[in-house]
Amino acid sequence: MRLDLLYFAWVRERMGRAHETVELPAGVTDVAGLIDWLAARDEAGAAALADRGRLRAAVDQAFVAIDASIVGAREVALFPPVTGG
Amino acid sequence: MIRIRVTPEAIDIAAEMALAEATAGAGAVATFTGLVRADDGVGTLELEHYPGATEAALERVAAQAVARWSLGAATIVHRVGPMAPGARIVFVAAAAPHRAAALDACAYLIDRLKTDAPFWKRETRDGEARWVEARETDDAAASRWE
Repeated sequence: MRLDLLYFAWVRERMGRAHETVELPAGVTDVAGLIDWLAARDEAGAAALADRGRLRAAVDQAFVAIDASIVGAREVALFPPVTGG
Repeated sequence: MIRIRVTPEAIDIAAEMALAEATAGAGAVATFTGLVRADDGVGTLELEHYPGATEAALERVAAQAVARWSLGAATIVHRVGPMAPGARIVFVAAAAPHRAAALDACAYLIDRLKTDAPFWKRETRDGEARWVEARETDDAAASRWE
């Protein structure tokens, strides 16, 4: 499955990129699985995604829990807790 | 009427107030302005956001406020990009027939946008940049409206 990934704030800085398109392996079906796959892929992923408790996600631009499904999703964003206002 | 703006430009409060006050049936307009604090050594504050998702999240927050308090208008203007101490980061306004609804809705708008909209603050002090940490008090403030 092809998926657009977006990264924000310190996740973006540690990943070394703001976005990418990936071809997901068949077994990756939720956000947690995606994070595991990215963290195992390279050093940048391992560094950016090590602190699981401080990661938040959006699937197709809606905030979701880390165990949310990504089956059929077009876009997933990974980022720290938000700090606007 | 819902008015959402996410902009790198300075926030023009007079213009936003004039729009809010022009709401049909409005007898009360309550507003909140958030500023870059000037007293704790911050040189620059930079706001990053998630284009598209940010506007959609702010629309949802505003629509919830309009429905809950029967507002005539809800405004959310949020600045993004670099800004200096003293600058306006955010402006919200709620227009209603009477003050109680306007005041409560105004508090709701700012409380919810802090937890529901994808913005991230990065501050620079003495040339050193760091990402601002989220605060649990913000979650508590947002959850009191549930």
